[in-house]
Amino acid sequence: MRNIFKNITETQLWKSIFRHGYEDTPRNRALQILGNVFLHLHPVRITRLGVKLKHTWCMGGITFLLFIILTITGVLLMFYYRPAVEHAYWDMKDLEFVVRFGLLLRNIHRWAAHLMVITIMLHMFRVFMTGSYKPPREFNWVLGVILLVLTLLLSFTGYLLPWDQLGFWAITVGTNMARSAPVIGHEGPLGELVGTTAYNDLRFALLGGSQVGANALLRAYVWHCIGIPIIAIVFMAVHFWRVRKDGGISGPL
Amino acid sequence: MENLLKILSKPDNVAIIIMMVMVGFFGFFAFFQAFKNDRKKASAKEEKNKFEKEKIHTWPYLARKEFLVAILVVIVLLAWSIFVDAPLEEHSNPNLTPNPAKAPWYFLGLQELLVYFDPWIAGAIIPLLIIVGLMLIPYIDINPRGNGYFSFAERKFEILIFCFGFLVLWISLIIIGVFMRGPGWLWFWPWQEWDPSRVVAEINVDLTQLFGVNSRSTPGFLMGGSIIILYFSVGMIMLYLYLRKKKPNLLHKLGLTRYLISSFLLWSMIGIAIKIIMRLTLNIKYIWVTPWFNI
Repeated sequence: MRNIFKNITETQLWKSIFRHGYEDTPRNRALQILGNVFLHLHPVRITRLGVKLKHTWCMGGITFLLFIILTITGVLLMFYYRPAVEHAYWDMKDLEFVVRFGLLLRNIHRWAAHLMVITIMLHMFRVFMTGSYKPPREFNWVLGVILLVLTLLLSFTGYLLPWDQLGFWAITVGTNMARSAPVIGHEGPLGELVGTTAYNDLRFALLGGSQVGANALLRAYVWHCIGIPIIAIVFMAVHFWRVRKDGGISGPL
Repeated sequence: MENLLKILSKPDNVAIIIMMVMVGFFGFFAFFQAFKNDRKKASAKEEKNKFEKEKIHTWPYLARKEFLVAILVVIVLLAWSIFVDAPLEEHSNPNLTPNPAKAPWYFLGLQELLVYFDPWIAGAIIPLLIIVGLMLIPYIDINPRGNGYFSFAERKFEILIFCFGFLVLWISLIIIGVFMRGPGWLWFWPWQEWDPSRVVAEINVDLTQLFGVNSRSTPGFLMGGSIIILYFSVGMIMLYLYLRKKKPNLLHKLGLTRYLISSFLLWSMIGIAIKIIMRLTLNIKYIWVTPWFNI
Protein backbone atom coordinates (compact mmCIF):
# COMPACT_ATOMS: atom_id res chain seq x y z
CA MET A 1 0.00 0.00 0.00
CA ARG A 2 2.70 2.40 1.03
CA ASN A 3 4.61 1.47 -2.11
CA ILE A 4 1.68 2.23 -4.38
CA PHE A 5 1.20 5.57 -2.64
CA LYS A 6 4.89 6.32 -3.01
CA ASN A 7 4.86 5.32 -6.66
CA ILE A 8 2.02 7.71 -7.36
CA THR A 9 3.31 10.68 -5.39
CA GLU A 10 6.75 10.44 -6.92
CA THR A 11 5.67 10.53 -10.52
CA GLN A 12 6.49 13.56 -12.58
CA LEU A 13 2.80 14.20 -13.18
CA TRP A 14 1.92 14.30 -9.47
CA LYS A 15 4.89 16.45 -8.58
CA SER A 16 4.11 18.90 -11.33
CA ILE A 17 0.68 19.50 -9.82
CA PHE A 18 1.35 19.30 -6.08
CA ARG A 19 4.49 21.16 -5.11
CA HIS A 20 4.79 19.99 -1.54
CA GLY A 21 3.95 17.10 0.74
CA TYR A 22 1.18 16.99 3.27
CA GLU A 23 3.17 16.42 6.46
CA ASP A 24 2.14 18.96 9.07
CA THR A 25 5.32 21.02 9.19
CA PRO A 26 5.60 24.80 9.42
CA ARG A 27 7.14 24.77 5.97
CA ASN A 28 4.23 22.92 4.43
CA ARG A 29 1.72 25.13 6.24
CA ALA A 30 3.33 28.14 4.60
CA LEU A 31 3.59 26.44 1.20
CA GLN A 32 -0.05 25.44 1.36
CA ILE A 33 -0.94 29.14 1.22
CA LEU A 34 1.88 30.34 -1.03
CA GLY A 35 1.61 27.53 -3.56
CA ASN A 36 -2.10 27.90 -4.18
CA VAL A 37 -3.32 30.70 -6.38
CA PHE A 38 -6.66 30.94 -4.58
CA LEU A 39 -5.40 30.66 -1.02
CA HIS A 40 -2.52 33.05 -1.55
CA LEU A 41 -4.96 35.93 -1.25
CA HIS A 42 -4.21 35.28 2.42
CA PRO A 43 -1.00 36.11 4.20
CA VAL A 44 0.93 33.03 5.34
CA ARG A 45 0.64 34.07 8.94
CA ILE A 46 -2.13 36.07 10.52
CA THR A 47 -2.85 37.60 13.92
CA ARG A 48 -4.81 35.60 16.45
CA LEU A 49 -7.50 38.29 16.49
CA GLY A 50 -7.86 38.20 12.70
CA VAL A 51 -8.89 34.54 12.88
CA LYS A 52 -11.60 35.13 15.48
CA LEU A 53 -15.16 35.02 14.21
CA LYS A 54 -16.29 37.37 16.97
CA HIS A 55 -13.95 40.00 15.56
CA THR A 56 -14.61 39.72 11.81
CA TRP A 57 -18.05 38.05 11.76
CA CYS A 58 -16.73 36.63 8.45
CA MET A 59 -19.14 38.98 6.71
CA GLY A 60 -16.75 40.12 3.98
CA GLY A 61 -15.82 36.51 3.24
CA ILE A 62 -19.46 35.44 3.10
CA THR A 63 -20.22 38.31 0.74
CA PHE A 64 -17.44 37.13 -1.57
CA LEU A 65 -18.62 33.52 -1.32
CA LEU A 66 -22.14 34.63 -2.27
CA PHE A 67 -20.72 36.55 -5.23
CA ILE A 68 -19.08 33.31 -6.42
CA ILE A 69 -22.28 31.32 -5.89
CA LEU A 70 -24.21 34.00 -7.77
CA THR A 71 -21.72 33.90 -10.64
CA ILE A 72 -22.01 30.12 -10.97
CA THR A 73 -25.80 29.97 -10.73
CA GLY A 74 -26.05 33.08 -12.91
CA VAL A 75 -24.03 31.51 -15.72
CA LEU A 76 -26.23 28.41 -15.55
CA LEU A 77 -29.37 30.56 -15.66
CA MET A 78 -28.07 32.36 -18.73
CA PHE A 79 -28.31 29.06 -20.65
CA TYR A 80 -32.08 29.04 -20.22
CA TYR A 81 -32.95 32.71 -20.42
CA ARG A 82 -33.38 35.08 -23.37
CA PRO A 83 -33.58 38.81 -22.59
CA ALA A 84 -36.35 39.56 -25.07
CA VAL A 85 -39.83 40.70 -24.17
CA GLU A 86 -41.54 37.82 -25.97
CA HIS A 87 -39.35 35.14 -24.35
CA ALA A 88 -38.20 36.36 -20.95
CA TYR A 89 -41.28 35.55 -18.88
CA TRP A 90 -41.91 32.19 -20.57
CA ASP A 91 -38.29 31.20 -20.11
CA MET A 92 -38.83 31.80 -16.40
CA LYS A 93 -41.87 29.53 -16.53
CA ASP A 94 -39.80 26.89 -18.31
CA LEU A 95 -37.17 27.17 -15.63
CA GLU A 96 -39.88 26.57 -13.08
CA PHE A 97 -41.68 23.68 -14.72
CA VAL A 98 -39.57 22.16 -17.49
CA VAL A 99 -35.87 22.50 -16.66
CA ARG A 100 -34.70 19.91 -14.17
CA PHE A 101 -33.69 21.68 -10.94
CA GLY A 102 -34.43 24.93 -12.75
CA LEU A 103 -36.56 26.25 -9.92
CA LEU A 104 -33.92 25.33 -7.36
CA LEU A 105 -31.30 27.10 -9.47
CA ARG A 106 -33.37 30.26 -9.61
CA ASN A 107 -34.20 30.06 -5.91
CA ILE A 108 -30.53 29.82 -4.99
CA HIS A 109 -29.72 32.77 -7.22
CA ARG A 110 -32.46 34.97 -5.80
CA TRP A 111 -31.93 34.17 -2.12
CA ALA A 112 -28.16 34.42 -2.43
CA ALA A 113 -28.65 37.88 -3.96
CA HIS A 114 -30.86 39.01 -1.08
CA LEU A 115 -28.44 37.53 1.41
CA MET A 116 -25.50 39.30 -0.25
CA VAL A 117 -27.18 42.69 0.24
CA ILE A 118 -27.64 41.85 3.92
CA THR A 119 -24.12 40.55 4.50
CA ILE A 120 -22.47 43.46 2.72
CA MET A 121 -24.39 45.90 4.92
CA LEU A 122 -23.33 43.98 8.02
CA HIS A 123 -19.74 43.88 6.77
CA MET A 124 -19.81 47.66 6.54
CA PHE A 125 -21.35 47.86 10.01
CA ARG A 126 -18.62 45.63 11.47
CA VAL A 127 -15.84 47.58 9.79
CA PHE A 128 -17.30 50.77 11.16
CA MET A 129 -17.81 49.45 14.67
CA THR A 130 -14.20 48.24 14.88
CA GLY A 131 -12.92 51.55 13.48
CA SER A 132 -11.18 49.63 10.72
CA TYR A 133 -11.63 52.46 8.24
CA LYS A 134 -9.15 54.63 10.11
CA PRO A 135 -5.68 55.30 8.71
CA PRO A 136 -4.06 53.55 6.90
CA ARG A 137 -7.24 51.91 5.61
CA GLU A 138 -9.19 55.02 4.53
CA PHE A 139 -9.11 54.32 0.83
CA ASN A 140 -10.16 50.70 1.20
CA TRP A 141 -13.31 51.93 2.96
CA VAL A 142 -14.03 54.13 -0.08
CA LEU A 143 -13.61 51.09 -2.34
CA GLY A 144 -15.96 49.20 -0.03
CA VAL A 145 -18.64 51.88 -0.39
CA ILE A 146 -18.31 51.62 -4.19
CA LEU A 147 -18.69 47.84 -3.95
CA LEU A 148 -21.79 48.32 -1.78
CA VAL A 149 -23.34 50.53 -4.44
CA LEU A 150 -22.38 48.05 -7.17
CA THR A 151 -23.98 45.21 -5.20
CA LEU A 152 -27.23 47.16 -4.91
CA LEU A 153 -27.12 47.93 -8.64
CA LEU A 154 -26.48 44.26 -9.47
CA SER A 155 -29.47 43.24 -7.41
CA PHE A 156 -31.58 46.02 -8.86
CA THR A 157 -30.82 45.19 -12.51
CA GLY A 158 -31.53 41.51 -11.84
CA TYR A 159 -34.95 42.38 -10.45
CA LEU A 160 -36.34 43.26 -13.87
CA LEU A 161 -35.21 40.13 -15.70
CA PRO A 162 -38.13 37.78 -14.81
CA TRP A 163 -40.31 40.31 -16.65
CA ASP A 164 -43.20 39.77 -14.26
CA GLN A 165 -45.37 42.37 -12.56
CA LEU A 166 -43.13 42.43 -9.48
CA GLY A 167 -39.93 43.23 -11.34
CA PHE A 168 -41.55 45.47 -13.94
CA TRP A 169 -43.14 47.81 -11.41
CA ALA A 170 -40.22 47.75 -9.00
CA ILE A 171 -37.97 48.92 -11.82
CA THR A 172 -40.55 51.46 -12.95
CA VAL A 173 -40.71 52.90 -9.43
CA GLY A 174 -36.93 52.77 -9.06
CA THR A 175 -36.04 54.42 -12.34
CA ASN A 176 -38.74 57.06 -11.91
CA MET A 177 -36.41 58.49 -9.31
CA ALA A 178 -33.86 59.17 -12.03
CA ARG A 179 -36.35 61.35 -13.82
CA SER A 180 -36.32 63.74 -10.87
CA ALA A 181 -32.56 64.11 -10.60
CA PRO A 182 -31.61 67.78 -10.68
CA VAL A 183 -30.42 69.00 -14.10
CA ILE A 184 -30.07 65.55 -15.70
CA GLY A 185 -33.66 64.47 -15.04
CA HIS A 186 -36.48 66.09 -16.99
CA GLU A 187 -38.75 66.49 -13.97
CA GLY A 188 -36.00 67.56 -11.64
CA PRO A 189 -35.20 71.12 -10.71
CA LEU A 190 -33.26 73.05 -13.35
CA GLY A 191 -33.80 70.24 -15.85
CA GLU A 192 -35.90 72.30 -18.22
CA LEU A 193 -33.45 75.20 -18.09
CA VAL A 194 -30.71 73.14 -19.76
CA GLY A 195 -33.10 71.48 -22.18
CA THR A 196 -33.56 68.09 -20.52
CA THR A 197 -36.60 66.21 -21.84
CA ALA A 198 -38.01 62.74 -21.33
CA TYR A 199 -35.99 61.67 -24.37
CA ASN A 200 -32.51 62.71 -23.33
CA ASP A 201 -32.47 62.52 -19.55
CA LEU A 202 -30.88 60.09 -17.12
CA ARG A 203 -33.89 57.80 -17.09
CA PHE A 204 -33.79 57.53 -20.86
CA ALA A 205 -30.15 56.50 -20.64
CA LEU A 206 -30.94 53.83 -18.06
CA LEU A 207 -33.94 52.39 -19.86
CA GLY A 208 -32.95 52.98 -23.46
CA GLY A 209 -36.37 54.55 -23.89
CA SER A 210 -38.91 56.68 -22.12
CA GLN A 211 -40.56 53.68 -20.47
CA VAL A 212 -39.68 50.18 -19.30
CA GLY A 213 -39.70 48.11 -22.48
CA ALA A 214 -37.61 45.81 -24.63
CA ASN A 215 -34.56 48.07 -24.53
CA ALA A 216 -34.75 48.37 -20.77
CA LEU A 217 -34.83 44.58 -20.46
CA LEU A 218 -31.78 44.20 -22.67
CA ARG A 219 -29.89 46.95 -20.85
CA ALA A 220 -30.71 45.46 -17.47
CA TYR A 221 -29.54 42.06 -18.73
CA VAL A 222 -26.23 43.28 -20.14
CA TRP A 223 -25.45 45.41 -17.09
CA HIS A 224 -26.49 42.58 -14.79
CA CYS A 225 -24.59 39.75 -16.45
CA ILE A 226 -21.56 41.49 -17.93
CA GLY A 227 -21.13 45.19 -17.22
CA ILE A 228 -21.46 45.50 -13.47
CA PRO A 229 -19.84 42.11 -12.63
CA ILE A 230 -16.70 43.10 -14.55
CA ILE A 231 -16.54 46.47 -12.78
CA ALA A 232 -17.22 44.78 -9.44
CA ILE A 233 -14.47 42.20 -10.00
CA VAL A 234 -11.94 44.94 -10.68
CA PHE A 235 -12.93 46.79 -7.51
CA MET A 236 -12.94 43.55 -5.52
CA ALA A 237 -9.43 42.73 -6.69
CA VAL A 238 -8.20 46.11 -5.51
CA HIS A 239 -10.24 45.83 -2.28
CA PHE A 240 -8.71 42.47 -1.33
CA TRP A 241 -5.22 43.53 -2.38
CA ARG A 242 -5.50 46.69 -0.29
CA VAL A 243 -6.45 44.66 2.79
CA ARG A 244 -3.00 43.09 2.57
CA LYS A 245 -1.16 46.24 1.57
CA ASP A 246 -2.77 48.42 4.23
CA GLY A 247 -1.51 46.30 7.07
CA GLY A 248 -3.59 43.14 6.90
CA ILE A 249 -6.81 42.37 8.71
CA SER A 250 -7.55 45.05 11.28
CA GLY A 251 -6.50 44.78 14.87
CA PRO A 252 -5.36 47.03 17.71
CA LEU A 253 -2.45 49.13 16.50
CA MET B 1 -53.32 40.05 12.06
CA GLU B 2 -54.17 37.93 9.08
CA ASN B 3 -52.80 40.66 6.91
CA LEU B 4 -49.50 40.69 8.77
CA LEU B 5 -49.13 36.95 8.25
CA LYS B 6 -49.80 37.47 4.57
CA ILE B 7 -47.03 40.07 4.30
CA LEU B 8 -44.66 38.01 6.41
CA SER B 9 -45.15 34.89 4.33
CA LYS B 10 -44.44 36.64 1.03
CA PRO B 11 -41.34 34.83 -0.18
CA ASP B 12 -39.30 37.98 -0.77
CA ASN B 13 -40.03 39.16 2.74
CA VAL B 14 -38.32 36.13 4.23
CA ALA B 15 -35.13 37.99 3.33
CA ILE B 16 -36.31 41.00 5.32
CA ILE B 17 -37.09 38.87 8.36
CA ILE B 18 -33.59 37.40 8.07
CA MET B 19 -32.19 40.91 7.76
CA MET B 20 -34.05 42.09 10.87
CA VAL B 21 -32.85 39.11 12.90
CA MET B 22 -29.26 39.47 11.69
CA VAL B 23 -29.09 43.24 12.10
CA GLY B 24 -30.65 42.90 15.56
CA PHE B 25 -28.24 40.20 16.60
CA PHE B 26 -25.10 41.81 15.23
CA GLY B 27 -26.11 45.26 16.42
CA PHE B 28 -26.44 43.89 19.92
CA PHE B 29 -23.28 41.81 19.57
CA ALA B 30 -21.18 44.79 18.41
CA PHE B 31 -22.19 46.87 21.43
CA PHE B 32 -21.76 43.90 23.75
CA GLN B 33 -18.17 43.50 22.59
CA ALA B 34 -17.54 47.23 22.64
CA PHE B 35 -18.67 47.56 26.27
CA LYS B 36 -16.73 44.45 27.22
CA ASN B 37 -13.55 45.89 25.72
CA ASP B 38 -14.18 49.23 27.41
CA ARG B 39 -14.56 47.64 30.83
CA LYS B 40 -11.21 45.91 30.69
CA LYS B 41 -8.44 47.44 32.73
CA ALA B 42 -5.64 49.06 30.78
CA SER B 43 -3.03 46.58 31.92
CA ALA B 44 -5.16 43.57 31.08
CA LYS B 45 -5.90 45.11 27.70
CA GLU B 46 -2.20 45.54 26.97
CA GLU B 47 -1.58 41.90 27.83
CA LYS B 48 -4.46 40.71 25.69
CA ASN B 49 -3.44 42.88 22.74
CA LYS B 50 -0.01 41.38 22.83
CA PHE B 51 -1.45 37.90 22.78
CA GLU B 52 -3.88 38.67 20.00
CA LYS B 53 -1.27 40.37 17.85
CA GLU B 54 0.80 37.21 17.86
CA LYS B 55 0.82 35.62 14.44
CA ILE B 56 -0.34 32.10 13.73
CA HIS B 57 -0.44 30.10 10.54
CA THR B 58 -3.28 30.85 8.15
CA TRP B 59 -3.26 27.18 7.21
CA PRO B 60 -4.98 25.61 9.08
CA TYR B 61 -6.26 28.14 11.63
CA LEU B 62 -8.00 30.55 9.25
CA ALA B 63 -8.52 28.33 6.22
CA ARG B 64 -10.45 25.71 8.18
CA LYS B 65 -12.83 28.32 9.56
CA GLU B 66 -13.39 29.77 6.12
CA PHE B 67 -14.21 26.36 4.69
CA LEU B 68 -16.56 25.62 7.58
CA VAL B 69 -18.36 28.94 7.16
CA ALA B 70 -18.61 28.33 3.41
CA ILE B 71 -20.17 24.91 3.99
CA LEU B 72 -22.58 26.34 6.52
CA VAL B 73 -23.66 29.19 4.22
CA VAL B 74 -24.19 26.78 1.33
CA ILE B 75 -26.30 24.49 3.55
CA VAL B 76 -28.45 27.38 4.77
CA LEU B 77 -28.85 28.69 1.24
CA LEU B 78 -29.81 25.27 -0.12
CA ALA B 79 -32.34 24.70 2.65
CA TRP B 80 -33.80 28.16 2.10
CA SER B 81 -34.00 27.53 -1.65
CA ILE B 82 -35.63 24.13 -1.20
CA PHE B 83 -38.32 25.36 1.16
CA VAL B 84 -39.09 28.82 -0.23
CA ASP B 85 -39.71 29.39 -3.91
CA ALA B 86 -38.67 32.64 -5.58
CA PRO B 87 -41.74 34.66 -6.52
CA LEU B 88 -42.90 34.89 -10.11
CA GLU B 89 -46.01 36.97 -10.55
CA GLU B 90 -48.13 37.42 -13.64
CA HIS B 91 -46.63 38.54 -16.92
CA SER B 92 -45.67 42.21 -16.78
CA ASN B 93 -48.42 44.55 -17.85
CA PRO B 94 -47.72 48.27 -18.25
CA ASN B 95 -51.46 48.94 -18.11
CA LEU B 96 -52.01 47.33 -14.71
CA THR B 97 -50.29 49.17 -11.89
CA PRO B 98 -50.24 47.18 -8.67
CA ASN B 99 -51.23 49.09 -5.56
CA PRO B 100 -48.92 49.61 -3.76
CA ALA B 101 -46.09 49.46 -6.35
CA LYS B 102 -42.95 48.93 -4.34
CA ALA B 103 -39.27 49.16 -5.26
CA PRO B 104 -36.95 46.27 -4.24
CA TRP B 105 -36.81 46.05 -0.46
CA TYR B 106 -33.35 47.61 -0.02
CA PHE B 107 -34.59 50.78 -1.73
CA LEU B 108 -37.81 51.00 0.27
CA GLY B 109 -36.17 53.36 2.74
CA LEU B 110 -35.64 55.80 -0.12
CA GLN B 111 -39.14 55.20 -1.43
CA GLU B 112 -40.51 55.87 2.04
CA LEU B 113 -38.67 59.21 1.97
CA LEU B 114 -40.87 60.20 -0.96
CA VAL B 115 -43.61 60.79 1.61
CA TYR B 116 -41.51 63.47 3.22
CA PHE B 117 -39.57 64.96 0.32
CA ASP B 118 -39.95 65.69 -3.35
CA PRO B 119 -38.46 63.02 -5.60
CA TRP B 120 -35.40 65.06 -6.49
CA ILE B 121 -34.38 65.12 -2.83
CA ALA B 122 -35.50 61.62 -1.84
CA GLY B 123 -34.35 59.94 -5.03
CA ALA B 124 -31.30 61.92 -6.07
CA ILE B 125 -29.85 64.25 -3.43
CA ILE B 126 -30.20 61.99 -0.39
CA PRO B 127 -28.73 58.87 -2.07
CA LEU B 128 -25.87 61.05 -3.29
CA LEU B 129 -25.33 62.46 0.20
CA ILE B 130 -25.39 58.94 1.66
CA ILE B 131 -22.81 57.59 -0.78
CA VAL B 132 -20.52 60.62 -0.60
CA GLY B 133 -20.99 60.88 3.16
CA LEU B 134 -20.05 57.24 3.67
CA MET B 135 -16.96 57.65 1.51
CA LEU B 136 -15.92 60.73 3.47
CA ILE B 137 -16.16 59.06 6.89
CA PRO B 138 -12.46 58.08 7.10
CA TYR B 139 -11.39 61.57 6.09
CA ILE B 140 -13.56 63.58 8.46
CA ASP B 141 -13.18 61.28 11.46
CA ILE B 142 -9.79 62.24 12.81
CA ASN B 143 -10.07 60.46 16.15
CA PRO B 144 -7.12 58.07 16.08
CA ARG B 145 -8.42 55.92 18.93
CA GLY B 146 -10.49 52.77 18.60
CA ASN B 147 -8.68 51.65 15.43
CA GLY B 148 -9.13 47.94 14.85
CA TYR B 149 -11.22 46.77 17.78
CA PHE B 150 -14.71 47.15 19.18
CA SER B 151 -14.99 50.11 21.50
CA PHE B 152 -17.67 52.56 22.48
CA ALA B 153 -16.03 54.75 25.11
CA GLU B 154 -13.23 55.81 22.78
CA ARG B 155 -15.52 57.00 19.97
CA LYS B 156 -18.99 57.59 21.37
CA PHE B 157 -19.95 60.41 19.05
CA GLU B 158 -18.99 58.66 15.79
CA ILE B 159 -20.76 55.46 16.75
CA LEU B 160 -23.94 57.22 17.82
CA ILE B 161 -24.10 59.17 14.56
CA PHE B 162 -23.44 56.12 12.41
CA CYS B 163 -25.93 53.95 14.26
CA PHE B 164 -28.53 56.69 14.00
CA GLY B 165 -28.03 56.77 10.24
CA PHE B 166 -27.77 53.02 9.71
CA LEU B 167 -30.19 51.56 12.25
CA VAL B 168 -32.74 54.35 12.66
CA LEU B 169 -32.89 55.99 9.27
CA TRP B 170 -31.89 53.20 6.86
CA ILE B 171 -33.09 49.96 8.47
CA SER B 172 -36.23 51.23 10.18
CA LEU B 173 -37.42 53.10 7.09
CA ILE B 174 -37.02 49.85 5.13
CA ILE B 175 -39.09 48.03 7.75
CA ILE B 176 -41.76 50.75 7.60
CA GLY B 177 -41.75 50.60 3.81
CA VAL B 178 -42.18 46.83 3.79
CA PHE B 179 -44.66 46.27 6.58
CA MET B 180 -46.52 49.51 7.23
CA ARG B 181 -47.18 50.86 3.76
CA GLY B 182 -50.24 49.52 1.99
CA PRO B 183 -52.38 50.66 -0.94
CA GLY B 184 -51.93 54.32 -1.79
CA TRP B 185 -48.75 54.18 0.26
CA LEU B 186 -50.96 54.84 3.29
CA TRP B 187 -49.88 53.84 6.75
CA PHE B 188 -51.40 50.53 7.85
CA TRP B 189 -50.64 48.99 11.21
CA PRO B 190 -49.82 45.29 11.08
CA TRP B 191 -53.22 44.39 12.52
CA GLN B 192 -55.10 46.48 9.95
CA GLU B 193 -56.44 45.03 6.74
CA TRP B 194 -54.94 46.56 3.57
CA ASP B 195 -58.02 48.30 2.25
CA PRO B 196 -57.49 49.66 -1.27
CA SER B 197 -60.48 51.97 -0.99
CA ARG B 198 -59.31 53.61 2.19
CA VAL B 199 -59.14 57.37 2.05
CA VAL B 200 -57.24 59.45 4.50
CA ALA B 201 -58.24 63.09 4.61
CA GLU B 202 -54.98 64.80 5.41
CA ILE B 203 -54.58 68.46 4.72
CA ASN B 204 -50.92 69.11 4.18
CA VAL B 205 -49.74 72.61 4.92
CA ASP B 206 -46.49 74.40 4.25
CA LEU B 207 -44.56 75.48 7.29
CA THR B 208 -45.02 79.20 6.64
CA GLN B 209 -48.79 78.75 6.51
CA LEU B 210 -48.71 77.81 10.18
CA PHE B 211 -47.61 81.40 10.75
CA GLY B 212 -50.25 82.73 8.42
CA VAL B 213 -47.93 83.48 5.51
CA ASN B 214 -48.82 82.15 2.08
CA SER B 215 -45.91 79.93 1.08
CA ARG B 216 -46.36 80.79 -2.60
CA SER B 217 -46.08 84.51 -2.05
CA THR B 218 -42.85 86.49 -1.96
CA PRO B 219 -42.88 86.86 1.85
CA GLY B 220 -43.48 83.11 2.09
CA PHE B 221 -40.59 82.45 -0.28
CA LEU B 222 -38.29 84.68 1.75
CA MET B 223 -39.47 83.24 5.06
CA GLY B 224 -39.11 79.61 3.93
CA GLY B 225 -35.69 80.29 2.47
CA SER B 226 -34.47 81.98 5.58
CA ILE B 227 -35.72 79.10 7.76
CA ILE B 228 -33.63 76.62 5.74
CA ILE B 229 -30.58 78.86 5.57
CA LEU B 230 -30.86 79.77 9.25
CA TYR B 231 -31.21 76.11 10.20
CA PHE B 232 -27.92 75.21 8.55
CA SER B 233 -25.96 78.35 9.36
CA VAL B 234 -27.09 78.65 13.00
CA GLY B 235 -26.61 74.90 13.49
CA MET B 236 -23.11 75.01 12.06
CA ILE B 237 -22.11 78.17 13.93
CA MET B 238 -23.53 76.99 17.26
CA LEU B 239 -21.74 73.67 16.98
CA TYR B 240 -18.57 75.55 16.08
CA LEU B 241 -18.84 77.80 19.13
CA TYR B 242 -19.64 74.85 21.36
CA LEU B 243 -16.60 72.93 20.13
CA ARG B 244 -14.37 75.98 20.44
CA LYS B 245 -15.34 76.32 24.07
CA LYS B 246 -15.36 72.68 25.07
CA LYS B 247 -12.91 70.98 22.71
CA PRO B 248 -10.63 73.57 21.12
CA ASN B 249 -7.98 70.93 20.37
CA LEU B 250 -10.40 68.81 18.40
CA LEU B 251 -11.57 71.81 16.40
CA HIS B 252 -8.01 72.85 15.67
CA LYS B 253 -7.08 69.39 14.44
CA LEU B 254 -10.26 69.15 12.41
CA GLY B 255 -9.61 72.31 10.44
CA LEU B 256 -12.22 74.46 8.72
CA THR B 257 -12.83 72.31 5.61
CA ARG B 258 -13.39 69.14 7.56
CA TYR B 259 -15.59 70.99 10.04
CA LEU B 260 -17.77 72.51 7.32
CA ILE B 261 -18.24 69.21 5.48
CA SER B 262 -18.92 67.10 8.54
CA SER B 263 -21.26 69.57 10.19
CA PHE B 264 -23.16 70.04 6.92
CA LEU B 265 -23.60 66.26 6.61
CA LEU B 266 -24.58 66.01 10.27
CA TRP B 267 -27.21 68.75 10.08
CA SER B 268 -28.54 67.32 6.81
CA MET B 269 -29.05 63.96 8.47
CA ILE B 270 -30.73 65.51 11.49
CA GLY B 271 -32.76 67.71 9.15
CA ILE B 272 -34.13 64.64 7.38
CA ALA B 273 -35.27 63.25 10.72
CA ILE B 274 -36.82 66.61 11.69
CA LYS B 275 -38.73 66.82 8.41
CA ILE B 276 -40.02 63.26 8.87
CA ILE B 277 -41.29 64.12 12.34
CA MET B 278 -42.84 67.39 11.15
CA ARG B 279 -44.65 65.61 8.32
CA LEU B 280 -45.97 62.89 10.61
CA THR B 281 -47.10 65.18 13.44
CA LEU B 282 -47.97 68.54 11.84
CA ASN B 283 -48.65 67.44 8.24
CA ILE B 284 -45.99 69.81 6.98
CA LYS B 285 -45.48 69.43 3.25
CA TYR B 286 -42.90 72.01 2.32
CA ILE B 287 -40.71 74.33 4.29
CA TRP B 288 -39.53 76.36 1.36
CA VAL B 289 -41.51 76.76 -1.84
CA THR B 290 -39.78 78.32 -4.84
CA PRO B 291 -40.74 78.41 -8.51
CA TRP B 292 -37.90 75.99 -9.29
CA PHE B 293 -37.86 73.51 -6.45
CA ASN B 294 -39.54 72.82 -3.12
CA ILE B 295 -37.95 71.61 0.08
